[in-house]
Amino acid sequence: MEVQMKDVTMQFNNITAVDRMNVTIEDGELVSMLGPSGCGKSTTLFMLAGLYKPTAGEIFFGDRLVNKIEPEHREIGMVFQNYALYPHLSVLKNIMFPLKMRKVSKGEAEELAREMAKLVQIDHLLDRKPGQLSGGQQQRVAIARALVKKPKILLLDEPLSNLDARLRLEMREEIRRIQQEVKITTIFVTHDQEEAMSISDKILLMKDGKFQQFCPPQEMYDHPENEFVASFLGSPPINLFPASLMDNLKDVSISGTNDVITLSSPLKEGMDPARQVTLGIRPEDFYIETDEKKQGILGKTIMVERIGRDNLLNVEVQNKTVRAIVSPDLRIERGDVVKLGILPERAHLFAVHTGENLLDSKLR
Amino acid sequence: MNDTPTIGKTLKALLYLAPALLIIGTFNIYPIIKSFLMSFYTDYDYFKDIVNERGLSNYSYIFQDPEFWLSMKNTMIFVIGVVPISIILSLGIAVLLNQKIKFRGFFRTVYFIPFVTSVVAVSIVWRWIFHTQYGLLNHFLGFFGVSPIKWLSDPQMAMPALIILAVWKGLGYNIIIFLAGLQNINQQYYLAAKIDGASSWQRFKNITVPLLSSTTFFISIISIINSFKVFDEVFALFGGQPGPANSAQTVVYYIFNKFYGEWDFGVASAAAYALFIVIFILTLVQLYVGKRKVNY
Repeated sequence: MEVQMKDVTMQFNNITAVDRMNVTIEDGELVSMLGPSGCGKSTTLFMLAGLYKPTAGEIFFGDRLVNKIEPEHREIGMVFQNYALYPHLSVLKNIMFPLKMRKVSKGEAEELAREMAKLVQIDHLLDRKPGQLSGGQQQRVAIARALVKKPKILLLDEPLSNLDARLRLEMREEIRRIQQEVKITTIFVTHDQEEAMSISDKILLMKDGKFQQFCPPQEMYDHPENEFVASFLGSPPINLFPASLMDNLKDVSISGTNDVITLSSPLKEGMDPARQVTLGIRPEDFYIETDEKKQGILGKTIMVERIGRDNLLNVEVQNKTVRAIVSPDLRIERGDVVKLGILPERAHLFAVHTGENLLDSKLR
Repeated sequence: MNDTPTIGKTLKALLYLAPALLIIGTFNIYPIIKSFLMSFYTDYDYFKDIVNERGLSNYSYIFQDPEFWLSMKNTMIFVIGVVPISIILSLGIAVLLNQKIKFRGFFRTVYFIPFVTSVVAVSIVWRWIFHTQYGLLNHFLGFFGVSPIKWLSDPQMAMPALIILAVWKGLGYNIIIFLAGLQNINQQYYLAAKIDGASSWQRFKNITVPLLSSTTFFISIISIINSFKVFDEVFALFGGQPGPANSAQTVVYYIFNKFYGEWDFGVASAAAYALFIVIFILTLVQLYVGKRKVNY
């Protein structure tokens, strides 16, 4: 089912946890809500679940306004961070619980529960109590319980954060598989960008209760709306240089150096950019420029790390460390002065004050 | 920490334990043993502390004494009347006090006050509340057209009056224990149950009650033991009498009466042990049932 948020706002006393959120999530999509701790992503999820009532704005499921509808009538399934499996009930009874609440006959409920247990591959554990299960198994039970009543929307609140690294990889693929099998609109809260990037159709990025960007992961990575989005995504993080825009609105001079970079993408139209800007380059968008005449950023190599097929260079520019991932074909030693060239159309330019991306990308 | 016990250490520990042991030994352990022995004194000269004969006649006496059986019956009625009502009422009030309400701390204090007040003082107030002509309770019941009930002088009504007092008196303690139990239940279960479509009554039935079962179990054991031992409420409410026509005579009152009233130490001790055995068996049954019911 389509989920639409219109100017949704949530205030706790004087704190605005979510500020005028406007997002439409299409039917059958898997959306990750991503952001640092306290950015309001869990609050948003709880509002969708109906456990919190928004202080302003409207939430629509399909064309039904659900603001005043209690969670038990919203036709949603939810997986909590610590799963919240009922400790006194067996796995089977846990999965049957939502059906029991709906007064589904016992035989039918058991059949549906067994079917769901098979989907999440825990049909051999049905008689156990939650306390006798591992984290990953509890996770599966929680998903089965959320899905057994055939909800229209599945909400997951940091479902992987209690699992160890290996299980986390396995479970996130599991969630993806189950989601695609039942084709349910799924909203997934996480603070782990890798998790969000790997499984979602779209990412909704938030910061301090404010919407930042909502689009497919790769697009968000390649064309961040602002400096925060650019620096939140990516590991190692994007390199940011204070710089100034020259009069021709094409050349950028990096502060404190003589290096000038000519932008290959045009500025957004209608922009009246301040001349003070921030230049952002992702580590993998650098290459070693050997041509003396071409543009690049000069710096002294302070560390070379060989990681698998890549070389990670730490280069000192203006007392700041710049990270660059370059091809290992060129031998570079510690202490070498290198010129870092930038791949075409890979530079990002942000306004200093607003952080807004000033460049026009072709996708938009 | 994992040292093996040595004589020196044991002696040192005993030194620390001695003051408490001395007091418990003198006032608890010794009387328990002494009264056990005393229950077999069939011919006892208590002026000279000489036991002329021992035997089981005290036990055969109480089992043939209709007054003892009346006391036992009254005690049973009292236990059956007080324990379930008290548990249900205190659970209900605890659930209400656990909600987000204004003046929550104030209400919690109010419900706890009866527990910390002296039984004698409370009973005097209740004697007035139960008063046939001027009592608050009859006045209140009068609004519903109930004609005045002789709470304290009608043998039919004495036991209900005693039960009302005991339930009210014990409420505070049970509420506090239930509140602690309720606060131990993770709120996430309620959120999950809400999402799973459970109404508030279903949440109470399927989450609160089962997850509170260990607390309920504890309270039921404590209340049953306490109710079997009821004495001071009887003594104070009926002005030193076991109710009109012995209608509120409990086992402990019977023991008290045999001991201080009739100076029949052997019979009093035998009755005390008979009560002990009853409580002991009941507690064993409860533990057995509890282990099967309280399971998570």
